[in-house]
Amino acid sequence: MSAPRTAYNEPGWLDTLAAWVLALLWILPLAYAVWTAFHPAEFSTRFSLAAPLTLDNFARAWAAAPFARYFLNTTLLVGMILVVQLVLSTLAAYAFARYTFRGRGVAFALVLVQLMIMPDILLVENYKTMARLGLVDTLLAIGLPYFASAFAIFLLRQTFLGIPKELDEAARVEGATALQTLWRVYVPLARPVYTAFALVSVSFHWNNFLWPLIITNSVNARPLTVGLQVFSSVDQGVDWSVITAATLMTSAPLLIAFLLFQRQFVQSFMRAGIK
Amino acid sequence: MGHGNVASSRQAVHAWLMLLPALVLLVGFTHWPIVATLVDSFFSTPKGARPGAWVGLENYEVMAGDPVFWKAVRNNLLFAGATIPCSIGLALLMALWVNERIAGRAFLRMAYFTPTVLPMIAVANIWLFFYTPQYGLLEQVTGALGLPSHNWLGSPGTALGAVTVVAIWKEAGFFMIFYLAALQTLNPSLREAAAIEGASRWYFFRRVQWPLLMPTTLFVLVNAFINAFRMVDHLFVLTRGGPDNASTLLLYHLYEVGFSFWDTGYASAITVVLVVVLAGIALLQFFVLDRKTHYQ
Repeated sequence: MSAPRTAYNEPGWLDTLAAWVLALLWILPLAYAVWTAFHPAEFSTRFSLAAPLTLDNFARAWAAAPFARYFLNTTLLVGMILVVQLVLSTLAAYAFARYTFRGRGVAFALVLVQLMIMPDILLVENYKTMARLGLVDTLLAIGLPYFASAFAIFLLRQTFLGIPKELDEAARVEGATALQTLWRVYVPLARPVYTAFALVSVSFHWNNFLWPLIITNSVNARPLTVGLQVFSSVDQGVDWSVITAATLMTSAPLLIAFLLFQRQFVQSFMRAGIK
Repeated sequence: MGHGNVASSRQAVHAWLMLLPALVLLVGFTHWPIVATLVDSFFSTPKGARPGAWVGLENYEVMAGDPVFWKAVRNNLLFAGATIPCSIGLALLMALWVNERIAGRAFLRMAYFTPTVLPMIAVANIWLFFYTPQYGLLEQVTGALGLPSHNWLGSPGTALGAVTVVAIWKEAGFFMIFYLAALQTLNPSLREAAAIEGASRWYFFRRVQWPLLMPTTLFVLVNAFINAFRMVDHLFVLTRGGPDNASTLLLYHLYEVGFSFWDTGYASAITVVLVVVLAGIALLQFFVLDRKTHYQ
């Protein structure tokens, strides 16, 4: 195993070993879950090569709670949030990047506040607001606090600032309005940033739990994360196989998407992090 | 002159129109709640039709005398003190490994990053099983080693530690990505120079890579700080803050006060504390750290 170092700073066998041990530890909970979910309950804590594979746990989980409805809710929720975020932040970012007007600095500072103090902790007041609007237990109420994303505005503004002004002016000379210029020049050039933000946003809202837990109280609006929590805490017959199957089911779309588009995922998260 | 003014004020109107939808929502769901929380924290909790009455600092006095609040503060500081350095340290180590031509690099990267894309509430279920007394994997391992059985989540001494491990596991891979991105932008000639000079790996890391990664470290640090005060999803599954509040965190306590006991007045006061903590981090970053990171 201990091949001679071919180049400076190459990891030695000790690094390789440590890296693999850590990776296996990191993947262990997931591997354990996969084992439990795909085997009959009596093998959930017994490891044997003779254990038969089964999809029974998934079927039972699917039948035990309205997971189809939860999937629908989460999909609608994530889609709705993303579309609104993209439209609103594109407009706002364009205004910040290409217009000079009084109050721009203050307005931008107000936007940045949300980077630090997110709706996640302003639960009590946002709940009151939703109650006043009569929106408690709706998908709209889950999404509303996240529609305006400071992160998206910030990211797109940085991107738009990097686009040469000449392109903008050329489009204007040809008679394009501001919105047409935005749509035809800026949006296409910022496509990688849109992809990056979309992946980050979808995985954040797919996984979001606390606010949806508070603002929903029925199957009609409950997303997957809350549905899973209700399912696994009510169903305390400690049928681990079924709970694990439900858990994997909930994570499956993101997990599969991640495994298929690993490179894009990683690059998107990187792009989103580098300002 | 006049023409220019008209043009520029029309420009301003356009700009404000484009900003308006986003700003209205931001004000409605971020700025207004911040202000309203502060105001509400000086009022009692409304009961039925009777609105809250001005009580001055009473909610804060309740807070000062609430042992669970202080336990949450203590736990949150311990939680932050453990998750921040551990997840950042591991992230750096992972990034340094995966950045090199290491055997099985693609698998390693995938293994490290996978926890990031999974819902916390879902993986907490897996970890619950992991920690379960008697059946859990941990018990099987310790049992095979002949160690006594231990209820990791059910004992006040280990509950906080157990939920902290889950948070580190979830976060390290996420932060690794940022280090990896930064490492890949470092100039390769630095490495060649170090090779020619015969610098040791440790020396190269300490004197070249680490200083150049400083902006990334600060960025990650701020994110880790924020997460330390907002990551509570796993508590709902693993411990519910217990046993005897041994693993409760500020945001979880806020949830219990506000939405289990429906004491919104007191919950507002706790929210104010969280807002102050996060705003403090923001100001620190803005006035102290940003100056150091902008040399690039």
